[in-house]
Amino acid sequence: MAPDLAVETHGLAKLFGGRPAVDGIDLAVPAGSTYGFLGPNGSGKTTTIRMLLGLLTPSAGTWSLLGRAMPDAAMATLPQVGALVEGPAFYPWMSGRENLERFDAMGPGRSSATRSARIADALARVGLTAAAGKKYKAYSLGMRQRLGLASALLVPRRLLVLDEPTNGMDPQGTREIRHLVRDLAADGATVFLSSHLLSEIQQVCSHVGVMHKGRLLAQQTLSELLSSAGPRLRAEVDDAGRAAQVMTGLGMTDVSVSGTQVVGSLGEVLPEECCRRLVGAGVAVRMLVPEHASLEDAFVALTGEGFDVAG
Amino acid sequence: MWLVEARTVFGRARVRALLAVLLAVPVFLAVAVYLAGGPQAGEGPTFLDRASHNGVFTALAGLVVTMPFFIPLSISVVAGDAVAGEANLGTLRYLLIRPAGRARLLAAKGVVTALFCLAAAVDVVLAGLVAGIILFPHGPVVTLSGTTVPFLDGVGRALLASLVVGVSMFGLAAIGLFVSTLTDVPIAAMAVTIGLVIMSAILDGVSQVAFLHPWLFTNYWTSFTDLVRDPMSWHLIWKDFLLQLGYVVVFGAGAWARMLTRDVLA
Repeated sequence: MAPDLAVETHGLAKLFGGRPAVDGIDLAVPAGSTYGFLGPNGSGKTTTIRMLLGLLTPSAGTWSLLGRAMPDAAMATLPQVGALVEGPAFYPWMSGRENLERFDAMGPGRSSATRSARIADALARVGLTAAAGKKYKAYSLGMRQRLGLASALLVPRRLLVLDEPTNGMDPQGTREIRHLVRDLAADGATVFLSSHLLSEIQQVCSHVGVMHKGRLLAQQTLSELLSSAGPRLRAEVDDAGRAAQVMTGLGMTDVSVSGTQVVGSLGEVLPEECCRRLVGAGVAVRMLVPEHASLEDAFVALTGEGFDVAG
Repeated sequence: MWLVEARTVFGRARVRALLAVLLAVPVFLAVAVYLAGGPQAGEGPTFLDRASHNGVFTALAGLVVTMPFFIPLSISVVAGDAVAGEANLGTLRYLLIRPAGRARLLAAKGVVTALFCLAAAVDVVLAGLVAGIILFPHGPVVTLSGTTVPFLDGVGRALLASLVVGVSMFGLAAIGLFVSTLTDVPIAAMAVTIGLVIMSAILDGVSQVAFLHPWLFTNYWTSFTDLVRDPMSWHLIWKDFLLQLGYVVVFGAGAWARMLTRDVLA
């Protein structure tokens, strides 16, 4: 196993009732990267994460975490892995602090002498200090998510696996999580971040893996992925339908209309050529902007379809 | 780890309520007998006719009354919840990622469930002793064999009886724990476990299947009454312990096998 990969899988697969939920994927997450694991709901992200952490036994394939073969090394590697899997889960009748105390004590290798200080630090880090004494059942979804993160941060970690960490959070909370992820990455931890929110991934990740229907369609740095989708052209016009016809006629692809705006992939078409043709066709052009592909464009280009729940 | 687990289980309102109910049964019995008078000799549940003679028998009558249903019910609740409850909350995945270790987690659950068995039976006897000593005479105890033993000897036997009852519930606890590893729905595990108690008790009463009786985990549950003979008869109690050990081995192994291979989806 290559030592410079924090997560490595070969042909990892999981069948549920004969149907593949994850269909032989080869993940390679470089150590120190912030890896965005992207895909719509139902694309196999959470199943993959469950296998990585040893909760599910793969139907096929091998994997390693932090350079050590799993699941044999689970008791040695998992203490260095903080995880949030499919939402937080705690005991509703206990307070946030009591919950963290229980999880911290339910396993080897954590000093009870430093426990209360570590818990206080983790709670402060996610902004939960004031609510630490409240019963978990009284927490809002965002607070629960924060407590889940606090639990992952009770000790320094080399790898963090965060499954939809901003689920249920308000914009302020989402921003805070983004900062937290950047801080963790700056401290040298590898962050494996799964999300169906493209903008979230685009803002924090250095590497991206794109899941679709159980397969890993692409795995590269974010900038490679974005440039592979090619440049795009956005136009604001008086007659968007007419403009779309002209653009398609020029050989542009993925042309879509919304209101008075038309967007499409340029491919080999030059923006100035498009402008000339639009004006020549009698379309009044108010604005014409060449732009880089967004992650969503890249995703559509890869999958050939929109970002919907897989069946 | 099992200490942390014990604190969590015994700190739970549900578990405390179960113990409170078990505590209330002998107290209720004692007050009822005190106010209305006990049944005629030889009538009613075993020992109840003697309850007003001596506080020790109040405790033993409490054990007789709670043994067929209340104690097994409370154990089914605790054992059935042990793993299925964690799966239901989703905390099981975080315990495994912690990593608590699958086998070690199950062992902690087993130890604490066994502790609860003992706690439940001791709880009943202590409550019965206190209520009985307050409401009724406490002096030398007349054994079932007709001899008389000193009062403290009687108290010791009652406490010993509670421990014997606790141990004789270990088989049930193992069954409950095994069932608990099969599902993510704690109420289902509890219901199945209590259902098995009822089934075993029914089979135990059907003479046509007498060949099965020595293998039923409920079969020797009342053998603790032999402790009130003079001398104490341990014959059936040892048989019971051996049988319970068999259940613990079989269902413990089943729970272990299931726990180690289980796909945690909840």
